[in-house]
Amino acid sequence: MSNVPKGVLTAVKKVRGGVKVDHHKNTADLEVVRMDTPQKVVIPMQMNIGAPCEPVVKVGDEVAVGQLIGDTDKFVSAPIHATVSGKVTAVGDIKMPQGIMSKAVTIESDGEMRLWEGIEPPKVDSREDFIKAVRNSGLVGLGGAGFPTHVKLNFPPDKGIDTLVINAAECEPYITVDYRECIDNSWDILSAVYMIKDMLGFKNVVIAAEDNKPEAFKILKRIADDKEDVNDEVKLMVLESKYPQGAEKMMVQSATGRQVPPGKLPADVGCVVMNVASVAFLSRYMKTGKPLVSRSLTVDGSAIANPKNVRVPIGTNIGEIIDFCGGFSQDPCKIIMGGPMMGVSLVGTDFPILKQNNAILAFAKDDATIKEETDCIRCGRCAAACPLSLTPTNIVRAVKAKDTSVMNKMGVMVCMECGSCAFSCPAGKPLVQYMRLAKSMLREEAAKK
Amino acid sequence: MINGKMLNVSISPHLRTTVTTRRIMLDVIIALCPALIASTVIFGLRALLLTLVSVAACVFFEYIMRKILKKNNTIGDLSAVVTGMLLAFNCPSGIPFWMIIAGDAFAIIIVKQCFGGIGQNFVNPAIAGRIFMLLSFGQMSKWTQPGAGFMNLGGVEALTGATPLAASAEELPTLTDMLIGMRGGCLGETCILAILAGGLYLVIRKVISPLIPCVYIGSVAVVMLIAGKGDFTYTAYQLLSGGLVLGAVFMATDYTTSPISKKGKVIFAIGCGLITCLIRLAGSLPEGVSYSIILMNIFTPLIERLTTPKPFGTPKKEKKAKEETA
Repeated sequence: MSNVPKGVLTAVKKVRGGVKVDHHKNTADLEVVRMDTPQKVVIPMQMNIGAPCEPVVKVGDEVAVGQLIGDTDKFVSAPIHATVSGKVTAVGDIKMPQGIMSKAVTIESDGEMRLWEGIEPPKVDSREDFIKAVRNSGLVGLGGAGFPTHVKLNFPPDKGIDTLVINAAECEPYITVDYRECIDNSWDILSAVYMIKDMLGFKNVVIAAEDNKPEAFKILKRIADDKEDVNDEVKLMVLESKYPQGAEKMMVQSATGRQVPPGKLPADVGCVVMNVASVAFLSRYMKTGKPLVSRSLTVDGSAIANPKNVRVPIGTNIGEIIDFCGGFSQDPCKIIMGGPMMGVSLVGTDFPILKQNNAILAFAKDDATIKEETDCIRCGRCAAACPLSLTPTNIVRAVKAKDTSVMNKMGVMVCMECGSCAFSCPAGKPLVQYMRLAKSMLREEAAKK
Repeated sequence: MINGKMLNVSISPHLRTTVTTRRIMLDVIIALCPALIASTVIFGLRALLLTLVSVAACVFFEYIMRKILKKNNTIGDLSAVVTGMLLAFNCPSGIPFWMIIAGDAFAIIIVKQCFGGIGQNFVNPAIAGRIFMLLSFGQMSKWTQPGAGFMNLGGVEALTGATPLAASAEELPTLTDMLIGMRGGCLGETCILAILAGGLYLVIRKVISPLIPCVYIGSVAVVMLIAGKGDFTYTAYQLLSGGLVLGAVFMATDYTTSPISKKGKVIFAIGCGLITCLIRLAGSLPEGVSYSIILMNIFTPLIERLTTPKPFGTPKKEKKAKEETA
């Protein structure tokens, strides 16, 4: 980070701790390829943080790409659309990777990928129109969290929200789809950045990327320097490559120096953070009206024959995607949905791709061994690695003692489960597990009151 | 299940550091080697032999205790080897073997395993073992002098004399001798250069933070400079003598018995420094490093409670205000 070009910001307040993880950005130079239309998609009704949708189609219905198939009147949710054209063959419960059940709509594809006739570019004349259009697009945060975007953007104009942070950090190893978005769809990013800025009245826009992506950097710099930005309110920020630089709270801190208080959202400190792929999608949606029906993801790992960046209809079976990437080159020992630091390990490949999945990683035995757990030696590496100033080893003690008052005092609820602590632990403790356990104990206690 | 084989399903993160407890302990052992070599040169093979006996005894007691307690075998983590080496380093090379074995037994059986094994002891086992020996055996404060003969393996007849801390001005070794360790003392504490080399290795390997050793030695320097009315030579003798450097680098930095936070480490190290000075200047004991570290070990949970950093985003004022209204 020695030579930061002129006009490029650096972090206002640096991220504490964190860990240096090997980047493994093997697929960075591979353009996103479109997968052949799958014969069948299974579209879960729970693909976002918040309320699940209810199916609005029934078995036997003919649907086309972009047609609404699931919706709800709950606020924190996003509608779901058919991702292939064809016939609805099942509406029922399926098991999700985390073990929970979700309703899902199965569509048998007719192979035509026929667009729904009702698709037209949204008319946006006002802020309200814009938010409504964002909701209709079905967009959720594509970076992994899956928070409905219209909820994020729906803040009152007088709330004092001044900064939009565009997150292109992509700090998880292996994943390169955001990077590809910057390289391949820079025009979409450009137009979306200025559209969102004007629509919602952000004073500052900070586009943040890590310093290990020089190519993306050049492009993002051009976006920040665009002539449309007359008052130089759109800036590029370069961040040291370290995990978890791209976490939302870390983004807000780097861009503005503000810290999101426990239990609050970035909006409470005047910021909105959006993933770069989400932003680019919005631009395309405003032009075409085609809702979120497909997404790009990185397929990589030592057990994948031909690692690729692929664009697939949402609901495509993971096994089929792996087959598209040449199948397994050696026996997989661990398959992860998402990045290796925060992703969920799967029991098999018979799961559909969700809106927020940015990667499928499959690892052979050597990369998938589970570290042997030994006794804690209180070395403090977990505390040093925690970007949120927690002391995991002491929280583990409190969890073992079931002492909820100590857990509360230690700020367990602040934890974002980034896994930096567990990564650094020489004793191989499942610290994220302990954190989740602590959180559920605290939630249980709060529910009792 | 893929091709009939079960997949590993575990909680995130799916990447882990290659650092293990064993690797950390191995680094500490490597870091102790320069001092071990120096002590062998200075005090003869007897020093090496005593260290080996101590290591063997510690590993043996650890193994037996884990068996008796029906716990998993932990000698593989090498922490017992470290304790054995450190305890030997804190003894004059001339003591009988049974004496150090008794110290090892106290350190491993009572201090370490009775409290739950590695990571659970509330004081440093090697220091506790040494203090147990100091209180029990008068021979512990009869410092072996260099030059007893390289091959002289009989311990008891070895020359003994006062430590430089208690010696009169004429008997004092030169500062150069102090630095390379040509003085009477415990076998591992005299060669300051070798200890610092080991410490540097640990800092480079990121096994220890330099915070505790620097602040500890620094605070002793400040107090001694004041007590010696600005006499640098006096201060230098104070810093180079006794077990100060050995203690600051290898004993005060023990993970289990020192605070985790930076602020806590600073408080801990200043406390060690002040108590060391207090004992050296005002106490009847010639040496205070072991006692100062063990006392601060006991304070560690308290320091830790007071210095735990505020979780991200917790405003200082608001929290106080809330507590007041509650």
